[in-house]
Amino acid sequence: MIIPHPLLGPRDAQEFTYLGDASLMARPDPYSESAEAEFCNYVYLRDNPAGIHRELWFHEQGDRSWLIITRDTLTHEILGAELVSADKLKAGL
Amino acid sequence: MEFSGFRVIKEALTSHKGWKALWRDPAPQPDYDFVIVGGGGHGLATAYNLAKTYQKSRIAVLEKGWLGSGNIGRNTTIIRSNYLLPGNQPFYELSMKLWERQEQDLNFNSMVSQRGIINLFHTDAQRDAYRRRGNAMHLTGAGGTLLNQSDLRKLVPFLNFDNARFPIKGGLLQQRAGTARHDGVAWGYARAADKLGVDIIQNCEVTGFCIKKGKLLGVETTRGYIGAKKVGVSVAGSSSRIMAKAGIRLPIETHVLQAFVSEGLKPTIPNVITFGAGHFYVSQSDKGGLVFGGDIDGYNSYAQRGNLPVVEEVIESGMALMPMIGRAKLLRSWGGQVDMSMDGSPIIDKTHIDGLYFNGGWCYGGFKAVPAAGITFAHLLATDTPHDTAAAYRFDRFNRGALIDENGAGAQPNLH
Ligand SMILES: Cc1cc2nc3c(=O)[nH]c(=O)nc-3n(C[C@H](O)[C@H](O)[C@H](O)COP(=O)(O)OP(=O)(O)OC[C@H]3O[C@@H](n4cnc5c(N)ncnc54)[C@H](O)[C@@H]3O)c2cc1C
Repeated sequence: MIIPHPLLGPRDAQEFTYLGDASLMARPDPYSESAEAEFCNYVYLRDNPAGIHRELWFHEQGDRSWLIITRDTLTHEILGAELVSADKLKAGL
Repeated sequence: MEFSGFRVIKEALTSHKGWKALWRDPAPQPDYDFVIVGGGGHGLATAYNLAKTYQKSRIAVLEKGWLGSGNIGRNTTIIRSNYLLPGNQPFYELSMKLWERQEQDLNFNSMVSQRGIINLFHTDAQRDAYRRRGNAMHLTGAGGTLLNQSDLRKLVPFLNFDNARFPIKGGLLQQRAGTARHDGVAWGYARAADKLGVDIIQNCEVTGFCIKKGKLLGVETTRGYIGAKKVGVSVAGSSSRIMAKAGIRLPIETHVLQAFVSEGLKPTIPNVITFGAGHFYVSQSDKGGLVFGGDIDGYNSYAQRGNLPVVEEVIESGMALMPMIGRAKLLRSWGGQVDMSMDGSPIIDKTHIDGLYFNGGWCYGGFKAVPAAGITFAHLLATDTPHDTAAAYRFDRFNRGALIDENGAGAQPNLH
């Protein structure tokens, strides 16, 4: 797979480390009443879709940026790559 | 139709005209007592045990494609019971014992070959870890022998013992481990289940569940609605897709694992060998091909094929371990969808929906588990209580923090 890095252009997926579903960026609220159950779901449960998946990849052997890749898990086709910017983090996207 | 040596000779003398199809091709009935979703090794073994061990009837196995089209027909066929942790090792040892008598049970040649598995170690720390694992194995009667380098030089002289970076210091041998014919396992269970009246329905994809007031009534399929008192889902890499139709999210990611086979060679590799300094395992099939594999690719995938970096890594590991394989040509490589769980161990449990049961999360290691998963999942379906040896494989272990994490890798499926 070739990842279209927004700053560096096409890069071999081998340079990256894979973390998983991009929704992991939105952590549960640790102060909520149901925090324990929510964290349990957050840590262990996944949608694991067959088809379009937004996921986190870390450019470990490159510029060490985190990317959100949109990829089809049925075909491995990469449909988009964006930088995880600070405001996205804040918005929990 | 019974198989025997006598039968083989008789057929040979009569132009093989007497062989018949090994199982029927029935149309689905309107309803069943037990519906098993997924005609892989696990689904077929479950149906067989429901009929045989638990004396149940009105059982169907629904398979989306044809029998053996999933991981049961794609794996590297290694069977072993050399695990470490209490929740796991007794289960795999039960499976190993069932493998040892499987051909008699099923009257089918699944080519179980107890050629032994050797897990190599390269450092003192690894030797200690394998000594500990060997002791854990002895506690369940699984056997296990620690070999030093000179034992190994006699047994497998072709290894790269003096590799400057990863010298081979020894290995843990489980002599009872080995390989089995993967397709033969599916066929053997299918035939035995069919003989006991199980309907095996191929090309029948489950597309949804009919659930009313928390109770399961049946399944929607591409061949119409089928009513069921109890449904056992056993679909390996498709687990999350199917369970989502019942509104259940699983502690599972689906990943791709690749495998490889070389051209046929004369007998060279007498047992199953695993590299301790990279991820590589190899055995030689009866046709002579070297069957080998390594790590999963490491990203979510339903594509049933992988990418080149893992091909390169597996083959580099193979070359580091046994440089002689550099002369062999690679014949084929392929991939399968593996249901990677969050702690690397499986789940065999009821769900909160009355009548819906789940067996999955087998990661890249569920082939060896087929006989024991069959009996324990059938036990759960038949009696509504977990089988003693599968009592740790519950959904709630994640909430309770009672993980069974052999690798100590945490909730990151691509590290298991
Ligand atoms: C390359 C590779 C190598 C492996 N090597 C080993 C090994 O050496 N040792 C080991 O122990 N394990 C190994 N494994 C793992 C092992 O193969 C699996 O864990 C095991 O086969 C999974 O159980 P199964 O046989 O029931 O799965 P499968 O054969 O995949 O059965 C699941 C079935 O469910 C069907 N299905 C899916 N969706 C539906 C639906 N909606 N309706 C109806 N049916 C459906 C599928 O078509 C499939 O036939 C390996 C796996 C792979 C991919």
